[in-house]
This record gives sequence, C-alpha cells and structure tokens, in this order.
Amino acid sequence: MARRVSNQRKFVVTLVAWAIGLTIFFPILWTVLTSFKTEAEAIASPPSFLLFDWTLENYTEVNERSDYFLHFMNSVIISLGSTLLGLAIAIPAAWSMAFVPGKRTKDVLMWMLSTKMLPPVGVLIPIYLLFRDFGLLDTRLGLVIVLTLINLPIIVWMLFTYFKEIPGEILEAARMDGATLWNEVVHVLTPMAVPGIASTLLLNVILAWNEAFWTLNLTAAKAAPLTAFIASYSSPEGLFYAKLSAASTLAIAPILILGWFSQKQLVRGLTFGAVK
Amino acid sequence: MTDRSRLFRTELAGPMATAHSRAAARFMISPAVLLLLGWMIVPLSMTVYFSFLSYNLLMPGMEEFIGFTNYEFFLTDPAFFEALTNTILLVVGVLFITIVGGTALALLLDQPFWGQGIVRILVIAPFFVMPTVSALVWKNMFMNPVNGLFAHMAKGVGLEPFDFLAHAPLFSIILIVAWQWLPFATLILLTALQSLDQEQLEASKMDGANFGSRFIYIVLPHMSRAITVVVLIQTIFLLSVFAEILVTTNGGPGYASTNITYLVYAQSLLQFDVGGGSAGGIIAVILANIVAIFLMRMIGKNLEA
Repeated sequence: MARRVSNQRKFVVTLVAWAIGLTIFFPILWTVLTSFKTEAEAIASPPSFLLFDWTLENYTEVNERSDYFLHFMNSVIISLGSTLLGLAIAIPAAWSMAFVPGKRTKDVLMWMLSTKMLPPVGVLIPIYLLFRDFGLLDTRLGLVIVLTLINLPIIVWMLFTYFKEIPGEILEAARMDGATLWNEVVHVLTPMAVPGIASTLLLNVILAWNEAFWTLNLTAAKAAPLTAFIASYSSPEGLFYAKLSAASTLAIAPILILGWFSQKQLVRGLTFGAVK
Repeated sequence: MTDRSRLFRTELAGPMATAHSRAAARFMISPAVLLLLGWMIVPLSMTVYFSFLSYNLLMPGMEEFIGFTNYEFFLTDPAFFEALTNTILLVVGVLFITIVGGTALALLLDQPFWGQGIVRILVIAPFFVMPTVSALVWKNMFMNPVNGLFAHMAKGVGLEPFDFLAHAPLFSIILIVAWQWLPFATLILLTALQSLDQEQLEASKMDGANFGSRFIYIVLPHMSRAITVVVLIQTIFLLSVFAEILVTTNGGPGYASTNITYLVYAQSLLQFDVGGGSAGGIIAVILANIVAIFLMRMIGKNLEA
C-alpha cells in the first residue's frame, strides 16, 4: 500500500529538508565559492556571496607556487596502489572463506577485524623507527604498505559479505556440467563478483585518499599526499583564504564525486556488514 | 534475511570442501593472515618493549630497562588526565550530536519530498572531505575571530566576535568532527529506518498511536541495533582523532584540546621520548580494546544470526 501524503505536508518537508541539507553542505559550497575570489574579497566584510569578480588566479597560483600536481599524484598513487595491493591479497582470502568455510573461518574474520581496532598511536613509534631504518620515511612505497595493511581488514570483510551473496548452487551446477576449476572461476564466479569488487575498490580508494594519521606522520615533502599538503596551510604567511580554498577544492572534488557513487557501499563497508 | 542465513552455510561445506580444496583455501588465506599477524605482533611487541625502556631519540645508545617507570610518569602526569578527560568529552560530545542529529535527519529524509536524492547527497558530502581540509576550512573561514564568517555574522548583529579556537578549543574541535561524522550516522540510521516494516507503522497509526509513541515503541527499538553499531564504530575512530587537532590548535592552549592520541604523538615525535610515548601508546591500545570487545560481540552475533 503506497503512502499518500498531502501536498501541503510534502511542501513543508521539502522546505525543511532543503534548508538543513544546504546548511550542512554550506562549508563545502563556501570553500568552492571562495576559491574563485581574490584574496581581498575572500576576507571582505560583509562577505559577498555570488556578486564578486570571479577569477581563476588562485588555481593557477596554487599550481605554480607549490608542487600541487606532485601531491595530487602522490594521493592517486598511494590510494590506488594500496587499494589494488589490498585487493590482490584479500580476494583469494575472502573467496576461500566464502566458498570453503572451515571451522575457524569465523574466528579468522573476527580476528582480522580486531586488528582494525588497534589505535594507530599504539604502533606509531615502531613503525616510525622501522621506516627510518629501512629508508621508507617520506616514500610512496612506505605509505602504500601501511595503508594496505590498515585497510586490509575492511577489504576482506567487504569482499566476504559480497561473495557470500553469490549462490553456491551455481557453482555446483557448473561443476555438474563438467566445468574445470579454472572455467568455474573465470566464467562463472568472476562475472558475479565484479560488482562487489568494484564497490570495495571504490570505498577503499576514498578511505585511503582521506587517511590523515599515517600520511601526516610518515611524510615530509616529496611523498606527501594532499592530506599532508593541505596541512601545510595551517601555518601560512599573509593572505591565503582563497588559495587555501582553491587547493581544498581540488583536493576534495575527485573524492566527492566518487563518494556520491558509493553511498550504499559506505554503509556496508564501514559497518563490516552489520548494517546493510 | 535470506542472505544473512546464508552466511556460513555449512551445508555447502560438506560436498564442496574436500581435503584438497581445504588445503587450497588455507593457502589462499595465508598471505592476508600472515601480513596482518606481522602488522599486529611486530610493532605492538616493539611498543611494549620500548615502554619499559628509558629511550630518547636525542640520546641514542643510552637505553636502559626501567620497568614500569614510564607508565608511572605517563599516568601521574597531569597532562594525562586532561587528555583522558578531553578524549572522553570529544567522543561523547561527537556521539551525542551525531546520534541525535543523525536520527532526526534520518527521520526527515525518510519522508517523501521533492529533490530527495539531491538533499541526500548534500547531507552525505562532508564525510568525503579529508580531515585536514575540513579542519582548516572551519578554523580559518568560519571560526577565525577577524575574518571568519561567524565573526562577520556576529558583527552584523552588533555582537563581539568570539575566538572559538582560543576560548573554546575542545568545543570547536567537537563541532568540526561532528560535522564530519553526522553524515555517517545519518546514512546508517536512514538505511536501518528504510528496512522498517511499513505495515506495522500503518497499523499502529490506525490504532491511533501518535508520532511520539510510534517513534518510541516501534521506530526506536527497530533502530537500536544500528544506533549501537554507529556508537561503537564511531568510538573506535573518534578515540584516534588526530589531524583535526594538529592543524587547528596543536593540542593547545596548554593541553586544553589534547587527546590521548595527540599526547602520545607529542611525547614521541615532538619530544622524542620513545619510552614515555610507547607507554602512552599501550594505554591507548587498552582503552580502545575496551570498546572493541563490545563492538566485536555485536558483529559476531550478526554473523551467527
């Protein structure tokens, strides 16, 4: 039975919902708008909302004065690299746990999850010293390794919950038809697993892109991703609101777009399947 | 429900799991297990070891075993209690705002209205903003007492601008972090709300139950699981808030906005006191474990259901 709602009520709800939605979104909107202002207009009182001289100079200046592209590429390489490496390790594991569950499968899963609960400061010093001794401080490789490990439990869990939804009967049917293990994996399971793997990839790229404990502590300059680059604006010289806004807009735009595609996976991934 | 009952379908393990496939399965799991085992055991045991040493990076070669002295110093340092209080205030404050706000928002977004999809996107957006960006944007463009938007608004109505981060540093950080986590709570509570049996609601409506009693007796019990999950997961992340403090206040003024995570960071990487920092790190691990035990039980129950 469909719910019938009076138009008047719907109108009020629309008004309230839009007002709240825009309020929550406002800091982001304000950042984007400020990025198109001159520095003087960015701090003008009273501030102008839309009626200012729109300019792109902040974007060109951020690119020229700092090595913005380097940091952007660091973010891309670190987040994609750690996610792909994590998937390569996690897919076989999640696969076998979903399709050949043993007595201890549940314990292994729970134990993996428990590693995610380890607060990063608990291992900050050893990781820092090991990285120093192995020459991994301020390298992309070092960050890829750490981010792979911290996100591995989430990747395994997400994949596991997706693989669990692939009906096992299909496997048996394929086997009855004489499919070899290779055929079974390539032609039967893989096509069914691709959406789950894609969702996992998406969410983990987002998590790795925004990770701001290890990226801040283990990088200085040349391997610094955008999280650490933006942090350098915390002690600026002179007027910088418009430039901060431009750098911020560039840093969050790609992930906002990805994020909007991943709303549903977000719930599943971050609650370890506890809420779907 | 059906996919939940399929979790751990042992009925399938019978015909499928031969000795051969068991061995293959173990082989496929081992890289993930070994890596996580290494990640957990190696650094953590190093931290435990360091925590019993007098070890400063500025004085290499002077390490010596000093038993529980580091713990004694860390736990009796007034900064520790301030940091512990701040950690608890931060976690509880953000949880309060996000759970109450998230429940209200979820109820609102569950109503039919024009532009539902777009509003949903607007509400979720802050979750995807990296912590350093959101902290710096709030700090400079909103909370700055001279040029921030809040200062402009205060002046506009004839009030004295308030220096948020100087006079209410912890409260300001709570606001910033709550803004980041409100979408997460909203999204999960909304997901839970949407699985609510509509017929049950309709029936109670016909029986004359008003909004308040429908909310307390039907909606809230249905959402209690999701609320618990949100509380536990957010607590895990909120215990480790770091970037927001680093770029806004550096833990100050004094220790006014230092949490345990930031205190350990300052002790180890700013004062190079490896021993003391390690003791603090182990204390942080113990605190997080208390929360983790409850969370693991919740999730474990779900696996069996």
